[in-house]
Amino acid sequence: MSIKKVTQHPSQNEALIFERSQTGRIGYTLPRPDIEEKSPEQILPQELLRDDDLAGLPEVSEVDIVRHFTRMSTWNYSIDLGMYPLGSCTMKYNSRLNEKAARIEGFAALHPLAPESESQGALELIHRLQEALAEITGLPGVSLQPAAGAQGEMTGVMLIRAFLNKRDGAEAAGRRVILIPDNAHGTNPASAAMAGFTVKTIKSTPEGLTDLEHLHRLCNEGGIAGLMLTNPNTVGIFETNIREICQIIHNAGGLVYMDGANMNALVGVARPGDMGVDVIHLNLHKTFSTPHGGGGPGCGPCCCTAELAEFLPVPRIEREESRFRLNFDYPDSIGRVKAFYGNFGMMIRALAYIYTHGPEGLREATETAVLNARYVSEKLKDTYHRPFDSDCMHEAIFSHKYQKSRGVTTLDIAKRLIDYGFHPPTIYFPLVIDGAMLIEPTESVGRADLDAFIEAMKDIDAESRENPQVVIDAPHSTRIGRLDEAAAARKPVLRWKPGLESLSKSA
Amino acid sequence: MPNIPENLRYSKDHEWVEVNGDIATIGITDYAQSSLGDVVYVDLPRAGDKFDAHEAFGSVESVKAVSEVFTPVGGQVTEVNEGLNDAPETVNTDPYGSAWFIKLKMDNPGEADGLLSAEEYEEYLSSME
Amino acid sequence: MRYIPNSPEERAGMLAEIGLSEPAELFRSIPADLRLNRPLSIIGPLAETEVLSEMNAMAGRNTAVTKPSFLGGGVYAHYSPTIVDHLIQRSEFFTSYTPYQPEISQGTLQYIFEFQTLICQLTGMEVANASMYDGSTAMAEAYLMAQRVTQRNKIIVADSVHPQYRQVAETYTQHGDAEIFTARHNPKSGRLEEITGLDSETAAVVVQSPNFFGCIEDLAKISEAAHSAGAMLIVVVTEALSLGILKPPGAFGADIVVGEGQSFGIPMSFGGPHVGLFATQEKFIRQMPGRLCGIAYDKSGRRGFVLTLSTREQHIRREKATSNICTNQGLIALAATIYMETLGRKGLREVAGRNLQNAAFAIERISAIEGYSIPHKSPTFNEFVVRGPRPAAEILETLRLEFGILGGIALSDFYPDRPNDFLVCTTELNTRSQIESLGAALHQIS
Repeated sequence: MSIKKVTQHPSQNEALIFERSQTGRIGYTLPRPDIEEKSPEQILPQELLRDDDLAGLPEVSEVDIVRHFTRMSTWNYSIDLGMYPLGSCTMKYNSRLNEKAARIEGFAALHPLAPESESQGALELIHRLQEALAEITGLPGVSLQPAAGAQGEMTGVMLIRAFLNKRDGAEAAGRRVILIPDNAHGTNPASAAMAGFTVKTIKSTPEGLTDLEHLHRLCNEGGIAGLMLTNPNTVGIFETNIREICQIIHNAGGLVYMDGANMNALVGVARPGDMGVDVIHLNLHKTFSTPHGGGGPGCGPCCCTAELAEFLPVPRIEREESRFRLNFDYPDSIGRVKAFYGNFGMMIRALAYIYTHGPEGLREATETAVLNARYVSEKLKDTYHRPFDSDCMHEAIFSHKYQKSRGVTTLDIAKRLIDYGFHPPTIYFPLVIDGAMLIEPTESVGRADLDAFIEAMKDIDAESRENPQVVIDAPHSTRIGRLDEAAAARKPVLRWKPGLESLSKSA
Repeated sequence: MPNIPENLRYSKDHEWVEVNGDIATIGITDYAQSSLGDVVYVDLPRAGDKFDAHEAFGSVESVKAVSEVFTPVGGQVTEVNEGLNDAPETVNTDPYGSAWFIKLKMDNPGEADGLLSAEEYEEYLSSME
Repeated sequence: MRYIPNSPEERAGMLAEIGLSEPAELFRSIPADLRLNRPLSIIGPLAETEVLSEMNAMAGRNTAVTKPSFLGGGVYAHYSPTIVDHLIQRSEFFTSYTPYQPEISQGTLQYIFEFQTLICQLTGMEVANASMYDGSTAMAEAYLMAQRVTQRNKIIVADSVHPQYRQVAETYTQHGDAEIFTARHNPKSGRLEEITGLDSETAAVVVQSPNFFGCIEDLAKISEAAHSAGAMLIVVVTEALSLGILKPPGAFGADIVVGEGQSFGIPMSFGGPHVGLFATQEKFIRQMPGRLCGIAYDKSGRRGFVLTLSTREQHIRREKATSNICTNQGLIALAATIYMETLGRKGLREVAGRNLQNAAFAIERISAIEGYSIPHKSPTFNEFVVRGPRPAAEILETLRLEFGILGGIALSDFYPDRPNDFLVCTTELNTRSQIESLGAALHQIS
């Protein structure tokens, strides 16, 4: 197999581990066995054993592994490098103290089925986090079992269904409609469908808010189980009428679920429970800084009113005087959503985050997050089309309307930002704005970096006028350019096999 | 400027229909393929499946979007364009020719007359801007 | 606050520039009576030393970690090479985002591609996704996928599948059309011998191997039965290390393999975060949940990797998506990838072999103790059921209090008709002297 080097630098040419593999290399050492060795063939019948000798699995040394992954890591942008203005993702600083806490042996080495009396510390930690989140959201019923936001959503919507079933009995079958705004995140309708609901879409006003008129009309059509709402919404604006919205839904006999993805605009400032919301999910990997890790893990706790608490997943973690226990005795619970208790490792990190900030720090973080976004919003409003004039909260939305007429789209602008050293913002979401750019700096950015970002955006706009091709062909400075995703989707190659073409396509 | 052949009929969902006796050949318009972007996959029904007018009979996928495709007329599928499995990109390059999706035996041969003419479709596209 | 690079002075300057005079004005769109006029009632701010003090105090009360342990049941204590945890802490891996911008995420995308490949190799399947939350949710998603593919609704699941996994699958499917039937295992063999209720309405037969009792199922027989009814075979693997030695589910014709990858160097961490595995055959790709990473080339022909087939997913398909999953278990998948590559072809087999050996040694010792027996006749990997002379809960409590050993899991916690049975797990970390001490203690207790 011939490897065509792209450049001379070894870290740019790091191939797949299978292509690095050399027979006979090993990367591990095990202690000598202290019992008499028996081969698998002596213990198990032949027909149960592998006969492929694990062919294809790599054989590499420890050094190979370290170099392999270190080199690959250099191809990634990361929060430690700079701002990640991804709207709706809240890419804030991932504290190393939190990592240290999560790795304490008494946490990391604890088996989930160890007896309760030998796991009191873990149960206490979960309980403390439950209480903190209850205080932050104003909703007393908390389950930390869901593994991520989407699971938290599914849990929340299932809580609504369980509540309605109990309250309305057979008539609950007539309440199967969930209302979702047109700018909602895709997980919302997907989660509603998993709970057996159908979805009706609510329009937004020209100001970017939920259209109360339309909401009324939809409620009058009947069969309302509830509403799924994000607040601030996905265009970054606070739904000022939130209390009225909740009342309309409650009057229609339904419940209000809030997608807590945008909690970073509210912590310490306002509480969903006070707004009339019945259930919310939080994203610990957003608001509470647990690391994104290239796509997870997350933790998506569900917080609800006292009325909904009996339906929360089991087991619940509860305190009885000075002891903490697992309580499975909730006959109306929606059941388990995950084995064991949830992503405990992320709970440690989130609690450490909350303790480190305290009430003042949390408030300061929220204020700074909103200020940073509002600042960007004001500074770019004359350069990029800003669909709404209402105050943005922790994220600012723009579109490519001005640049599009010159042949430059949001995608091009995003790719060109990479050349300026920034990760692009969230693009093409929400779908209701054509060519949306959703910018969420978070509180983890200082003024100088914000100004540099603003300047880069202005420069790109200038380029779109003076030299549009440089934007359209961006990025120019990365190890690889824009990839042909269409070809990748037509003929997907989703794994390595011997004989796979290496590094570059032959001419 | 999207291509709109004169001899075809059109729906507001951007499908085209070519009528030959009681057989309707159906595909998606140039405007539709250009809005979708590079097509990567087409999901088609089987011969023998029946659909009412305006019912979704399949879908078209690009990298970042998926759209349902609706039949402008009711009927039973007689033939499906298997070639689209291997070469979905023909939807972009030849939407009115080799990238037809299905052939339908119409329940009501006159139904196609109620669809838009090329001129009406062109007007409809302009009104959407 | 040290995590906020914007000083109060800088912020005051920014406020002034945008025409505001104090931070409270930022929230003018929130009705005044909804704004909190008191600080939150929570502890803090705490300095690093204080945070660690709180954490260490709680961790110190998890006394289980100080005792020799034979706990299994879906989560396993295995050795993890030092470099695994070291490499995943590189900023570029753990503080990076989902690789939606492939040009600046090739590090993440390449390891996902390697992970997918390794899972295919180990399970004997054609395609694997970038991970699910854990084994239990992966199994639930497999049920939903089988329904989509077969257009049938009946799922038959062996009761030797992990009880918590079955509970999760029930939660996931309770509002859909799935009808779940439980097939009983044979109490003598410990395996599923008969698939009651298998018929032309069955979407899938679901078995775990090695199962919750540690027994290796007869996948050849089950596969044949399922397929002749036109049903899919879903195999669950909770102890991923068993794949180092055992013939993989793919070799028996499994249609979907789901499992838990925690054994690949992931800390037990009281149950999470772990990593769900999901693999299937290529013909089912478009019905598969989860993220998929594929090869793509740029204009100059350079090879790269990209998330692909996204049209299955929630952000595009919305309510018709194959799943609502978005964030998965990326960093844990990286850790598992590093583990699998570090141990590699020889190591995975060798470690699996140690597990098997230690269990064989333990079985030999324990079955020789009067009053104790091994009730199941089937071959096992690293877990096995022991039947004691008295209720297992009592035996285990005595082991814990008097001998300081966590001897296993009482089956009566999950199977009320098995009061004297408990599940013992031995991994490569259990030493000879620990196993001998367990034997001696059990002998004394009888």
